Amino acid sequence: MTTVETAIGQAKTMVLNMGPQHPSTHGVLRILLELDGETVVKAVPDCGYLHTGIEKSCEDKTYSQAITLTDRMDYLNPLGNNLVYCMAVEKLLDLEVPKRAQYIRVMMVELQRISSHLVWLGTHAIDLGAMSVFLYCFREREEILKIFEMFAGQRMMTSYIRIGGVALQPPAGWRQAIERFLKYMPSRVDEYETLLTENRIWMGRTKNIGYISAEDAIALSMTGPTIRAAGVAYDNRKLFPYSSYDEFEFDVPTRTDSDCFARYMIRVAEMRESLKIVRQALDKITDDGAIKTEAPGIVPPAREKMKTEMEALIYHFKIFTEGFSPPAGEAFVTVESPRGELGCFIASDGSPKPLRVHFRSPSFINLQALPKLVKGQLISDVIACIGTIDIVLGEVDR
Amino acid sequence: MTENSNQNANVVGGRLSSIEHLRAWDKNAVAEVLEYRGETTIVVPRELLRATAARCRDAASMQFNLLTDATCLDRHPYEPRFEVVYQLVCISRREKLRLKVRLSGKDPVLDSLVPVWPGANWLEREIFDLFGIYFNEHPDLRRIVLPDDWEGYPLRRDYPVEGYRDIPVMPLGFTKTSI
Repeated sequence: MTTVETAIGQAKTMVLNMGPQHPSTHGVLRILLELDGETVVKAVPDCGYLHTGIEKSCEDKTYSQAITLTDRMDYLNPLGNNLVYCMAVEKLLDLEVPKRAQYIRVMMVELQRISSHLVWLGTHAIDLGAMSVFLYCFREREEILKIFEMFAGQRMMTSYIRIGGVALQPPAGWRQAIERFLKYMPSRVDEYETLLTENRIWMGRTKNIGYISAEDAIALSMTGPTIRAAGVAYDNRKLFPYSSYDEFEFDVPTRTDSDCFARYMIRVAEMRESLKIVRQALDKITDDGAIKTEAPGIVPPAREKMKTEMEALIYHFKIFTEGFSPPAGEAFVTVESPRGELGCFIASDGSPKPLRVHFRSPSFINLQALPKLVKGQLISDVIACIGTIDIVLGEVDR
Repeated sequence: MTENSNQNANVVGGRLSSIEHLRAWDKNAVAEVLEYRGETTIVVPRELLRATAARCRDAASMQFNLLTDATCLDRHPYEPRFEVVYQLVCISRREKLRLKVRLSGKDPVLDSLVPVWPGANWLEREIFDLFGIYFNEHPDLRRIVLPDDWEGYPLRRDYPVEGYRDIPVMPLGFTKTSI
């Protein structure tokens, strides 16, 4: 406990309990703040209010059943969670995914990244008092969710990415829908920037707030836009390309000022890069082709096959009753989620249910740096700092 | 080449030298090397974990500066039942490495890696919370996702997925004695 001496004698610091029910924590996060006047002396985050035991539940499900659980972890990035889980299982099985399915995956995950950044930008702006940005961001996010509904029949918990490929063929008219989105979205990003980037209030609330050095960020295992704002170009899509990301051209935006404003600029730049990737994916995806790999006993057979061929019916039955058994071993796969490095560690003991499924959730690990970001800042800056880490509490607590 | 094996395609050359480097530094540091699907795991004796981790971070030929993940798995009823796993990344050489320590169920104690990577703090707290593994010299070893008064360690294999702690929900027609 730090105390401050004053002329009267022992001065006291005050402990303020922020949360768990606080609108700017984007979920249920409690922070114990020790204050000296309005300055934060110490901050102790307390999480776990949304702990649902997803990792334990996975132990009692077959490999394909657990996909629906992963949607519910980081609910702003369900497709990314599906992807990392499926890639880990595919690695255990040594399963190849058709190129067309890989491109569809990339396109969907990048659209998800834009939608996640839109939610972040809108809620972060509303936390800092800019109401209208929120409305504009959610307007565009709605369009992305409509695209997801077209593809998967679900707006948020899509479970679209499956082991060995994706669940369904792209629907009729998908190309036009995405073309339309790509046409107007760049000007909408400009619109957000007009509202915020040179806004004096916005700059006052975010510039030189929540600084962390690159060394500290690496030591605290931070990843994602937070570490890129500190000048470290750590992006899994470039460093450890997965799902054919090495065939796409895009930049990894970095900055060196490492404050809340830099992290805002990084995320806006990432939205533009994602649009570039979606455009390239759109050109790469052919109109016809396989969306699932041929792996009898692992990937469910096509409906017509199942109705006409005996083997296919048997495999179908076995997949949905017993499941499949990957060989004993461990696999750790990482992807770049909108929040940072999302990892999935699966250990198999050769049975149809995993021995252990662990998710390396970027929100959880980035949140660890919050005490460092807010130390010495004013209490109103705590809200800006929580916002720029971009936490999703469903993923922090799992 | 599969989708996943792309991830590690360009790191084969550097990986072998890391193992050789560790062997040359201390012949006991590498108890076992496991290769699976292009991932390298080094099994480290419990006593040498912190020194090996510091070596992995500091040695010029390794530079594993980022600890991305730490977790644990339980192989109950086999012994040694616990395996604590640390995932390291060298950003400059695009290389990954996994350190593993095997622990018996009777004595699940390990040296904390917080002195080497401050980021291990919450990761080790989570392992303590869900598996009941103690970390020596950890600055703040408290439960993190469960309430402080929670009994038991839920991610252990002998903790039921459904039911109340040691009384699992039985399938219809079964009693605890009949299984």
